Amino acid sequence: MGVIEVLEPGLFTTVQDLGREGFGPLGVSPSGAADAVSLRLGNRLVGNADGAAALEMTLLGGAFAFPDGAVLALAGSDFGAILEGKPVEMWTTLEAKPGQVLRMGPTRSGARCYLCVWGGIKVEPFLGSASTHILSGLGGYEGRALKKRDVLTIGPANRNEKKRTGKNACSTGGAGIGGKRRLSAQALELLTPRKVLRVTEGPQSDWFSEAAKKTFYESTYRVAEESNRMGIRLQGAAIPAPAGGEMISEGVALGAVQVPEGGQPIILFVEQQTTGGYPKIANVISPDFHSLGQLRPRDEIRFEQVDWDTARALMKEQEELMASEELISE
Amino acid sequence: MRTSAGEGARFQYSSDQSLLVYFEEQGKQKEAGGAPDAVGTGAARPLQNRITLKANENVRRLLRLLEVEPVAGIRNLHPAYCSLLIKFDAIRMRHDEVEAILRKYLERLEDVRLPKPRRVEIPVCYGGEFGPDLAEVCTLHGITEAQAIELHASVEYLVYFLGFVPGFAYLGELPKELVTPRLVAPRKRVPAASVGIARNQTGVYPFATPGGWRLIGRTPYKMFRADSDGLSLLSIGDRVRFTPISRERFVALESAWG
Repeated sequence: MGVIEVLEPGLFTTVQDLGREGFGPLGVSPSGAADAVSLRLGNRLVGNADGAAALEMTLLGGAFAFPDGAVLALAGSDFGAILEGKPVEMWTTLEAKPGQVLRMGPTRSGARCYLCVWGGIKVEPFLGSASTHILSGLGGYEGRALKKRDVLTIGPANRNEKKRTGKNACSTGGAGIGGKRRLSAQALELLTPRKVLRVTEGPQSDWFSEAAKKTFYESTYRVAEESNRMGIRLQGAAIPAPAGGEMISEGVALGAVQVPEGGQPIILFVEQQTTGGYPKIANVISPDFHSLGQLRPRDEIRFEQVDWDTARALMKEQEELMASEELISE
Repeated sequence: MRTSAGEGARFQYSSDQSLLVYFEEQGKQKEAGGAPDAVGTGAARPLQNRITLKANENVRRLLRLLEVEPVAGIRNLHPAYCSLLIKFDAIRMRHDEVEAILRKYLERLEDVRLPKPRRVEIPVCYGGEFGPDLAEVCTLHGITEAQAIELHASVEYLVYFLGFVPGFAYLGELPKELVTPRLVAPRKRVPAASVGIARNQTGVYPFATPGGWRLIGRTPYKMFRADSDGLSLLSIGDRVRFTPISRERFVALESAWG
């Protein structure tokens, strides 16, 4: 098992996997990768299971040394990665030789880039997941974003796919899966993050006036600076509050678009509060969640309503694409 | 809106992978919410304008049943005052299929035995730097700090549910004399272990988070610990009392809990 030395942590880098589902009764939200599609694909490129833990970088990447070498892949947004002085590609299997350094800079596209390593990042699981839950300081690496000089452990690699020998097995012989893998151009195109987010109606949609809904669906909203993994705050045309006073707190779904006083909507995100008392005008459909994870401050977005059957069809379409054998070529 | 009723409950699609179950209020039940939540929201939303003990008991019964007899494909549950959000594997199940299963569960609610409530005492050091809003709460109600403390510590509260952040217990009901609106401008950061009140609710912030409740004290206890068995000091359905303690006692207990 090798390690990763953090030379520069980047702006906000955390350990994430696919999150911990099932602890709503304790008030614990799942957390997990903000762009789960990229995490899953990055893991496949290095021969990991979809849900292996990786590093999630935000807007500005870090610099990482691999004293024992490692098999890597970068997925999500392009942070201009350079391995030992040479630019490297996104969405393909890479090899860091012992002692090599991977450096990333500011994003050239969306908000998040995933650094996946063969074997995954090994941390003490909290409620069955490696994901960092920042607000509570639980999970991940000491429950926090990475700092300079942190040392992460790379997990034991899956040895079923290719037999390896010797203590430097990870650093010899290319990818963990025995060769270079690459995401297909078609998949990349189909999974490009969207700026027009598709939504279904929210549980309080009919509390809002027709004029309020018109404002919501016809306006362009800008992602506010203070957005984070808990919620994506939007700025734009204010949505008039429903008449009739406060509602009682209820469970809230991932991707819920809630409208607080003041009318500037907030999309509840992976580290969301589990319950809330603001009316929800809409809910982002699950196949568009990965697009939420790539939204940067100042990005402009719009909402488009789809019916329940369409939402379901789009969800199946994405899962079929994710399951397709042509997704990744060797 | 996709909504339907049955077995004393109403179903509402919440997202493409979740469903809300709302429990109906029944007029003759004791109204736990009291006046401040009974803001007239009209007949259009009969299920969401009052907190009732009966509705919450049904939430707890359904939650219990789903925990004891889990349904394959149901992935998460978010209980609240009078509703339960159910998240499911939407590739595997449709909303109407989940609803059909839940209807069967709802028919059995009366037979669900809720665990005997645990009684938990939480020591609180009231006022001063720990309770920066206590003085204003007293001014609003025309009472002394001693009276406010006595009132807050005088009743046994029910844990309606845990929500918002890990281990945050929604407790009710506050004595009428203490019912106070939220802060107009929420704080960006409420210190962990602060005891707050808002409308007819009270609760303890387990972590430093933003928050709009009025802070009246602080407990030396840790509300949520990753290294303890139950994780959260409080569980849904528990009965809670607050006990006033001195600053010295606070310091002693806090270091004991460290």
